[in-house]
Amino acid sequence: MANILAFAEARNGELRKIAFEAVTAARSLADKTGGAVHAVLVGAPGIAARASQLAQYGADVVVVVEHPAFERYNPEATAAFTAERITSGGYRAAIFPTSALGSDLAPRIAAKLGVGLVTDVTSIESHGDALVVKHPVNIGKVVATVKMTATPALIAVRANTFTPAENPKSGTVEQAQPVGDPSAARVVVKEVKLGGGAKLDLGEAPVIVSGGRGLKAPENFKLVEELADAFGNAAVGATRAVTDDGWRPHTDQIGQTGRLVSPQLYVAVGISGAIQHLAGMRTSKTIVAINKDKEAPIFKVADYGIVGDALEIVPALTQAVKAAKARG
Amino acid sequence: MKIAVCIKRVPDMDVRFQIAADGASVDENGLKFDINDFDSWAVEAALQIKDKDPATEVVVISLGPDVVQETIRKALSMGADRGVQLKTDKIPFDSIAIATALAAELRDGGYDLILFGKQSADSSNGVVGAATGELLGMPVVTAISKLELNGATGTAKRDIEGGQEFVDFPLPAVLTVDQGLNAARYPSLKGIMAAKKKPLESKPAQLGATSVTVSSMALPPERAAGRIIGEGVAAVPELVRLLQTEAKVL
Repeated sequence: MANILAFAEARNGELRKIAFEAVTAARSLADKTGGAVHAVLVGAPGIAARASQLAQYGADVVVVVEHPAFERYNPEATAAFTAERITSGGYRAAIFPTSALGSDLAPRIAAKLGVGLVTDVTSIESHGDALVVKHPVNIGKVVATVKMTATPALIAVRANTFTPAENPKSGTVEQAQPVGDPSAARVVVKEVKLGGGAKLDLGEAPVIVSGGRGLKAPENFKLVEELADAFGNAAVGATRAVTDDGWRPHTDQIGQTGRLVSPQLYVAVGISGAIQHLAGMRTSKTIVAINKDKEAPIFKVADYGIVGDALEIVPALTQAVKAAKARG
Repeated sequence: MKIAVCIKRVPDMDVRFQIAADGASVDENGLKFDINDFDSWAVEAALQIKDKDPATEVVVISLGPDVVQETIRKALSMGADRGVQLKTDKIPFDSIAIATALAAELRDGGYDLILFGKQSADSSNGVVGAATGELLGMPVVTAISKLELNGATGTAKRDIEGGQEFVDFPLPAVLTVDQGLNAARYPSLKGIMAAKKKPLESKPAQLGATSVTVSSMALPPERAAGRIIGEGVAAVPELVRLLQTEAKVL
């Protein structure tokens, strides 16, 4: 018996894509170790309705804990419950998302259990008594192979890396009680503000269109937004230079100190390709660069580069993408 | 107020790294080192509190070999009051081993705030700050990009995917700092001179047990060399054709 726990991240009563990625990673590991996958689903009353979606991706059991104080992320009570469950369930490993929530939650649990945690993990293998994971270090310029010898092993998987794979299992719902009183937590998320509803998050968008100083002025970012709209499934990113200058919010920054992304398609508009920026997007599957300086470092990583003025090329590309989409 | 800031010495990332002879670390020859970016913003956050209330004491703590004393001196030159080195020849990869040593140092320190950067550029694990807070049994808020303190309580903003969370917490607390909170000040000449005389204590790090070790390191596969397909608006049709037929992303 080597069961694997997966933490299924939900927000506003809906599962996030990375919940399915965590369950997929757990399923793949459980199939190697011959165990079952138990997903933990924490939320306000009614969240249990989402359990069947987790079963679809390979959860044998869905452990549901519902409480009004779980309507927003409740770090202390979520950590207390999950740590207790990991201990009492005797799991071989617990899989978390590397996300704003997971990066807050998993370290608390590692400290409670006194076992190591590796985050931003891109692969998981079972070698004898140990689990062996890959984890990018030095802003992704080096990849570490890390041996985890403790049980349970705590692993937080990188977003957009473990592609959700359907693998329907029974998904038996097990209702559980919180550990302690979730309403008594000291750290309280009192408000959540979400950006424009239709916009995709950078971590989840299959296409990212990003802008840099080559756009010359903040108002020219509308060209980037229009190109993103033409793709239809795109989010908008930015370089540190642009966010430091206040053209875009810091949350849009892709790079060493910002978001790390690896979409199917990354379109870099007016971006020279500083190391700081490349660190955040170099694992994108296909990279397009549009820049007036043909010596710019971005062209060294671009699958397809166009040299020229972004302010002329981007509107033409937007029209061409719309036309291509219209043709289907 | 008494504030601790835990900082790490990390290599400058603007280089091509080589794997060391042991196969499980980066060759440090020729690398330049400095305070981790996120940690410099944590120092700045403490100093901004001290700017408003000069009675505040800011203590900088760093775990590692003697060279981390340089990094501590840098924080002292920015304006921190004193430093503590938790000495170990090699910084373990296991974040819980590190957090155990930091918690042992911080536990009876009487700190109102303990600040960390949200993660280090080199090991990029992002675990030590929150884990240390948890070991201390203190309230923890991670990855903050805005901070307001009102006496015995505080409010912080956390950037989350597609939005922000606003978090209330009581002091004493452990906070980890994301980018956007501030821009770190440069040490003044006067600050650099003053830092030389500030106290810097060195004591052995009481590391916890390790269950996570790096068995090897490697450079990731290189991307295929970049390709420029053309110039100006004239190249757009070819780009769209390649995105459809070759990359199959459109």
